[in-house]
Amino acid sequence: MSVNAHSLSQPKQNSGFFSWLWEWLSTVDHKKIAILYLFGGGLFFLIGGIEAMLIRIQLAVPENTFLVGHNYNEVITMHGTTMIFLAAMPFIFALMNAVIPLQIGARDVAFPFVNALGFWLFFMGGIILNLSWFLGGAPAGGWTAYAPLSSEFLGNGMDFYVLGLQVAGAGTLMGAINFLVTIVNMRAPGMTFMRLPLFTWTVFITAVLILFAFPALTVGLFLIFFDRLFDANFFNEANGGNSIIWEHIFWIFGHPEVYILILPAFGVISEVIATFSKKRLFGYSSMVFATILIGFLAFMVWVHHMFTVGLGPSANTIFAIATMAIAVPTGIKIFNWIFTLWGGQITFNTANLYAVGFIPTFVMGGVTGVMLAVPTADFQYHDSYFVVAHFHYVIVGGLIFGLFSGFYYWWPKMFGRHLNETLGKINFWLFFIGFHLTFFFQHFLGLMGMPRRYFTYLKGEGFDAFNMVSTIGAFLMFFAVIVMLINIAYSAVKGEKAKGDAWEQGRTLEWSIASPPPEYNFAQTPLVKGIDAFWKEKMDGKDKMTAAEPVGDIHMPSSSIVPFLMSISLTIASLGFIFSAHDGVRKPALFVAGAGVVLFFLCMLARSIKDDPGFHIHKEEVIETEKGVR
Amino acid sequence: MSSVKDNVTALPLHPEKSTLEGKNKFLGFWFFLGGETVLFGTLFATFVALRHQTSGGPAAEDIFGMPLTFLSTIILLTSSLTSVFAIMAMRDNSLGRMQLWFWITVILGLAFLGLEITEFTEYMHEDLGYTTSAFSSAFYTLVGFHGCHVLFGVVWISTLMIQSFKKGITTVTAPKYYVASLYWHFIDVVWVFIFTVVYLLGILGG
Ligand SMILES: [Cu+2]
Repeated sequence: MSVNAHSLSQPKQNSGFFSWLWEWLSTVDHKKIAILYLFGGGLFFLIGGIEAMLIRIQLAVPENTFLVGHNYNEVITMHGTTMIFLAAMPFIFALMNAVIPLQIGARDVAFPFVNALGFWLFFMGGIILNLSWFLGGAPAGGWTAYAPLSSEFLGNGMDFYVLGLQVAGAGTLMGAINFLVTIVNMRAPGMTFMRLPLFTWTVFITAVLILFAFPALTVGLFLIFFDRLFDANFFNEANGGNSIIWEHIFWIFGHPEVYILILPAFGVISEVIATFSKKRLFGYSSMVFATILIGFLAFMVWVHHMFTVGLGPSANTIFAIATMAIAVPTGIKIFNWIFTLWGGQITFNTANLYAVGFIPTFVMGGVTGVMLAVPTADFQYHDSYFVVAHFHYVIVGGLIFGLFSGFYYWWPKMFGRHLNETLGKINFWLFFIGFHLTFFFQHFLGLMGMPRRYFTYLKGEGFDAFNMVSTIGAFLMFFAVIVMLINIAYSAVKGEKAKGDAWEQGRTLEWSIASPPPEYNFAQTPLVKGIDAFWKEKMDGKDKMTAAEPVGDIHMPSSSIVPFLMSISLTIASLGFIFSAHDGVRKPALFVAGAGVVLFFLCMLARSIKDDPGFHIHKEEVIETEKGVR
Repeated sequence: MSSVKDNVTALPLHPEKSTLEGKNKFLGFWFFLGGETVLFGTLFATFVALRHQTSGGPAAEDIFGMPLTFLSTIILLTSSLTSVFAIMAMRDNSLGRMQLWFWITVILGLAFLGLEITEFTEYMHEDLGYTTSAFSSAFYTLVGFHGCHVLFGVVWISTLMIQSFKKGITTVTAPKYYVASLYWHFIDVVWVFIFTVVYLLGILGG
């Protein structure tokens, strides 16, 4: 077999299912990892959605017996946990991976290997959590897993919660560090911080929040883990423990988590509204400032989840005021979006419909948020459907609207094909109307006294009609998601091919290169001359970016299966720990757990010993690839 | 050692930050330490909340002894200093000297771990088990977490030093050595807090 220079420089090309699988298992390309996050998150989104439907079917009529007692608790716990950690987070990471390196003019992320590891840890964490359905029952303590209920009184299911989230959380943390360094160190020449597209800014702040919030969750989960498996006494009042510690730790993580979720949505909305109003984003600097302020305040407000615990009037007042203060920077953002739309040449396609629909919906969620921030009133709202309505308004009406807007907007960039607009609009209206039908009336149910997390209600309490409407709305949302799946399938087969500047009015760097981008993203690193760098060049009559360097060989990282193996070893370790809770198999299970941990460190060692020299894409190849585009 | 000599020629002034990969590693590690700070902060807060909850078992002032923990502190502080010497040697491109100082760091780390194990066994004999009280659980978890970090650091630096015989000091390896020393400083700083909050306050019974 002769080996020429060409095959030395390129990884081998094989065909067939296994090489396809291998390629995806071992990829370190951020664009492919984005797709993995999208479909991984999509899978769990569907599972969480089915769980939501089961809840709504049970609550459709009073005294229903479709799903009751422990099973109902399992389903609500898994619905919340899945949607937050296994659907919303990976969707955000999908957009981060797909867009951030392109928006800052980078060829890659700072740590491609860690990036892949982050994905596989998230995915295996989700698998661990969902395995609970088949291995003795799912966690049933609510997504908040309050101690001592979670640490003493619920069965084996909680171990899946603890270890699944531990593994997935580790992945999230790594992803955050990767993007922080990417945004600080990998920006193209001229891309100063105050020229970063707003999506990049919001992701940057989100990554900071992840960095400082997730370790608290890690510790909290460890404490429950030690209480459950090694009889520690953190939450065991009989031996001096204190279960309020869990509530503090959980919400010190939990409140920043909701901003971790919502900030990237703010970023998407800022991009989409500016693009489809054909205007520069109004008040760019105030947007950046508001984002930073929201990120800072995120850590100062966790007690608003604990007003009824009894920490005293001073504590409650301080945290109430801090919470209300967040309405100020958020309000700044709302007005900036409205002023961006004002006088713009607005295109109402699906992406923009979601973005514009986001504004009033999110405002409603914000208003109920301020209502909940009043401690005296909160005693009335606490643990009622009013709270359920509030957080679904901000998380579905805020985050999911933002994410769907982002999917429609960047889909052509990620896959090279547009999603269908007609199906998209059906998708939007079904989802929008369904959403408000589902959750708007839950405000009133809450005010009328319907408590959250109860599996039924009695006849003649006046809850019947609103619950029925809510269930009907949920079905509309379900159909909307099905339409979206059809749209994705349709696009893959027959979708309109996307140009580089897919919407023809792209403003930021990702639109200056082909759709989907070549492996190396930018043939030449672009030179950035201002905010909305690509728009600026187009206004100067050019159709592509000014280059900051001549065409040359491009260095790329090699793919690696090690991230996948590391995640598998932690999965083995987690399952070992989970089964060590069963008396009969404690010793062998702990041995398996230990073996998993050792395997993990061996993988790390292997990575440390073998330096990755990467490979080069030669100049000629780059020129050849670039000819094909545009 | 011939493969190493090749690199002697042109090593930049700060080899740990001279390439983009090096800079990324450097910055990424600082962010990682930021996360670690929150991790230990949460453990400290939990410990402080539970430190008087002895539930009839031994309390801090009953069992903590000054000499042993003071010795541990001195050992770990010294090891931080030796890792500084190692990094200075790395910047001078002096492989042998760097290895020497890092190996001393490793030995001091092992000595610290030995003392910690002795200490824990002693407490066990005095009936302070992991499951005795909320105080004991919080104590062993916080100090044990730190101990695991030391152990990881010892293994990490050792593997780097074994590799260094072959790889020498280059712009690829220098960031690794540097980051390992940063990590070592971090666990040293955490220990200073443990010494103060857990032991000093515990012995004073405050
Ligand atoms: Cu909150």
